[in-house]
Amino acid sequence: KGKKTLFQHLVFLEGSVFTVAVASSDQHSPITAHSGSHKATDHGSHNNTGKAFPVLDLNYENVRVPFEISLWVLLASLMKLGFHLVPHLSNIVPESCLLIVVGLLVGGIIRGTGETVPPVLDSKLFFYILLPPIILDAGYFLPIRPFMENLGTILIFAVVGTLWNAFFVGGLLYGVCQIGTESSSILSRIGLLQCLLFGSIISAVDPVAVLAVFEEIHINELLHILVFGESLLNDAVTVVLYHLFEEFSGIGSVTLLKGFLGVISFFVVALGGVLVGVLYGILAAFTSRFTSHTRVIEPLFVFLYSYMAYLSAEIFHLSGIMALIACGAVMRPYVEANISHKSHTTIKYFLKMWSSVSETLIFIFLGVATVAGPHDWNWTFVTVTVILCLVARVIGVVGLTFIINKFRIVKLTTKDQFIIAYGGLRGAIAFSLGFLLNKEHFPEREIFLTAIITVIFFTVFVQGMTIKPLVELLAVKKKQEAKRSINEEIHTQFLDHLLTGIEDICGHYGHHHWKDKLNRFNKKYVKKCLIAGERSKEPQLIAFYHKMEMKQAIQLVESGGGIKMPSAVPSTVSMQNIQPRPSTKPAPERAIPQLSKNKEEEIRKILRTNLQRTRQRLRSYNRHTLVADPYEDGLSDLFLKKQKMFQIEKKMNTYLTVPAPPPDSPTMCRARLASDPQAYSIKPASNKVPMIQVDLASPQSPDSVNLLDEFGQANQQEEEEQGLMMKPPSRPREAKKPSEEDEAKDQQRLMRCLSDPGPSADEDEDGAFLP
Amino acid sequence: MVSPVCSKQIGVLHKRFKQLSHNEETLRRDHFNEIDDLAFNPIRAQIIEAFFDRRNFHQNGEGKVQEIGFEEFVVVMSHFRPPSAHMTEEQRGKTRREKLRFLFNMHDTDNDGIITLEEYRHVVEELLSRSGTLEKETAKCIADAAMLEVASISVGHMEPDEFYEGITFEHFLKLLERFEIESRMIIRFLNMDTTTLCK
Repeated sequence: KGKKTLFQHLVFLEGSVFTVAVASSDQHSPITAHSGSHKATDHGSHNNTGKAFPVLDLNYENVRVPFEISLWVLLASLMKLGFHLVPHLSNIVPESCLLIVVGLLVGGIIRGTGETVPPVLDSKLFFYILLPPIILDAGYFLPIRPFMENLGTILIFAVVGTLWNAFFVGGLLYGVCQIGTESSSILSRIGLLQCLLFGSIISAVDPVAVLAVFEEIHINELLHILVFGESLLNDAVTVVLYHLFEEFSGIGSVTLLKGFLGVISFFVVALGGVLVGVLYGILAAFTSRFTSHTRVIEPLFVFLYSYMAYLSAEIFHLSGIMALIACGAVMRPYVEANISHKSHTTIKYFLKMWSSVSETLIFIFLGVATVAGPHDWNWTFVTVTVILCLVARVIGVVGLTFIINKFRIVKLTTKDQFIIAYGGLRGAIAFSLGFLLNKEHFPEREIFLTAIITVIFFTVFVQGMTIKPLVELLAVKKKQEAKRSINEEIHTQFLDHLLTGIEDICGHYGHHHWKDKLNRFNKKYVKKCLIAGERSKEPQLIAFYHKMEMKQAIQLVESGGGIKMPSAVPSTVSMQNIQPRPSTKPAPERAIPQLSKNKEEEIRKILRTNLQRTRQRLRSYNRHTLVADPYEDGLSDLFLKKQKMFQIEKKMNTYLTVPAPPPDSPTMCRARLASDPQAYSIKPASNKVPMIQVDLASPQSPDSVNLLDEFGQANQQEEEEQGLMMKPPSRPREAKKPSEEDEAKDQQRLMRCLSDPGPSADEDEDGAFLP
Repeated sequence: MVSPVCSKQIGVLHKRFKQLSHNEETLRRDHFNEIDDLAFNPIRAQIIEAFFDRRNFHQNGEGKVQEIGFEEFVVVMSHFRPPSAHMTEEQRGKTRREKLRFLFNMHDTDNDGIITLEEYRHVVEELLSRSGTLEKETAKCIADAAMLEVASISVGHMEPDEFYEGITFEHFLKLLERFEIESRMIIRFLNMDTTTLCK
């Protein structure tokens, strides 16, 4: 415990040192400039031998900008570390609040040292650097199925809800300014258009804030996707309204034609953004088809194409956020089918890393920008704004839900409505939009900024902190943690086909019919273009099954060698319990039946294609200068091993009286990994390790014999079939039998090379084009 | 007993019935085979069979018939009716059981009340039958794994020499507990008017 607090102190000390360094970095510039010029004169006069050679020199100016940027990012990351070290803090206060407080502190320190606080939340920086990673992360991992199922609801909330909020807040604010205050006060000079513009800025629900808060409360999928989807899609509305009102207040006159054009521009912005995103997504998918020889740069294509989509949309004033979401969502199923396992992991990790850092930085900068000001506090304006925002949101949600529930199958209850209304958080986008306002057109810019910041603080602090206990109090349904089972997958597909069939029988072309048509179109034409090779024909069910097998195999390795297979439901049922048992089975018949040559050939071919496909997925990382990861080599063999593990375990539990030792928890495995210097050594081609090379050329190959013999004694009872198992027609009893101990060593070695601990299960990535 | 569909919806269904049966009184299997859109459906055979399965007629019958009248057509269709807005928990439970019973009957082709491993394998094979390549082995694996899962969930602890007969209806219910079938197994056009309660 003492060590922990000491470490915390060190972290905070480091943090503060860095901030002071940032603050005082400006002071160095005159000195370095001076020394720079000094050096110049030095070079000019060679024959002036009196000068000493500068052994140690200080030249900060060259590295100033990257240095400062790195300092900020480092500060953000250290803060993130620090919070999770403090034991109970992260349960009470959401991370976003803490980060804003840190920003405030940093801003305070900088101001305290007498420096001017740098305007860190520059709009360009925010919109082009900080925001895209977060949105891309959200779009790439967007759960498509719930999103599409609730698309109507989301769109209504995003479009109509935001419009309502903007006009309500803007209009009433104008009314209050005109009526409620004296005519000489500054407020009465704010025009209607300015108020409406302010309303449109403040009314948009912010995806960054929503993500930050909702991620910690683990609410059920429906509510999460509703609020989150709304925060993403309302960007189009915000962009249009912002430009519209900005233009109008610049010109000063509003005509009906301009209003009409505004409505049209909304459609252009939204649909155009999506179109741009889809185009780039298809390009990315197509490119990924040819990357089988340059696996290392595959993730780069994903990031580049997405960023280009965002920037291209921004060129035409289209909705960049929608472009990014569309690009990520469209490219994902195809790219994932094409790229290697490692690239997939890389993409996942880079996106999570960037979005995490971005989010942290955004909140810190919000804090700093608050200290920086400039502020103009006006009690009336600010309080009225806050109240109006809340009221508008509640009325909007309740009213819209009333209409929406008429069309929904699964109605939204009052509890749901409350959470949706309460989850309407504002964030940095509003601030940046406010920051962008032109000072000449908007003399009241400071008032706006102060009010925006107050609303942000209110929503993030008050609503963010209290939403978790409220969720508990109202007993809102939480996210279901259990994994998707194979039965549910089978029945999902079955139900899809069934409903499509019934719709066809009814003659009713409902959305199942069109979804099915789209899926068939996708399978027939699109997949062939965008997915390389054999993978394009793999049906979703099989892909799901392989993925599940792989996950189970990884679990097997992580749990320390398969002593106890971790499964969702602890049970002792195994394969032999479900195989149909023939009526009589005399002992001699328990030998493996002789297979005809043809059948054997058939089985071999099927196994070869199946196993090769699995292998293809794994063996795709072949940068020749780097070490081949032995973990991947052994993985496909684990498929075969796993089923044998069931038998071993069963036998052990039945016949041994000593209980098997409990496996190491994954954290222990990782700890062992971390301290093991040998973690990435090349696996020697030793023949002690029972490499089960499924050499299908001959059933009598020594390796296949190894496999069988190893478990031969343990496995008395014959099973008829075991899926991906090869059964040679005869079982010669000779050849080496690797012992249990080698088995364990093999497992250990595989575990050591486990390169991918990583964040907790995030299972919603499975799915086809239209899952 | 499932609540009947509204008169407006019955009118629409009647029109469709007449259209499918070429204005005859009864529908036969070949009438269904004439529907072009069904050709792409991997489980069309099972869907068609479901219409001729006495177990779905709510009269405690068993076995198959060769032709159905309009009444039976409507009864089968009523399985896909969405839940009305004012259902009690008990009614919701009943609807779930009914819909799951329909699915169960589709899987259990030999009417013995149990889905055996063979029948389940057949289900998975049919699902994959349109994928183009003959994936019999993988289909078997998937069915085996699924069966294993059912057994683990339903029975839990089994001795090495015990045998799991098949999925009974109770196990099936437990398996698809989280599946929310009452909101997923719906044809929307049968939901033309949710605010009025159908009598």
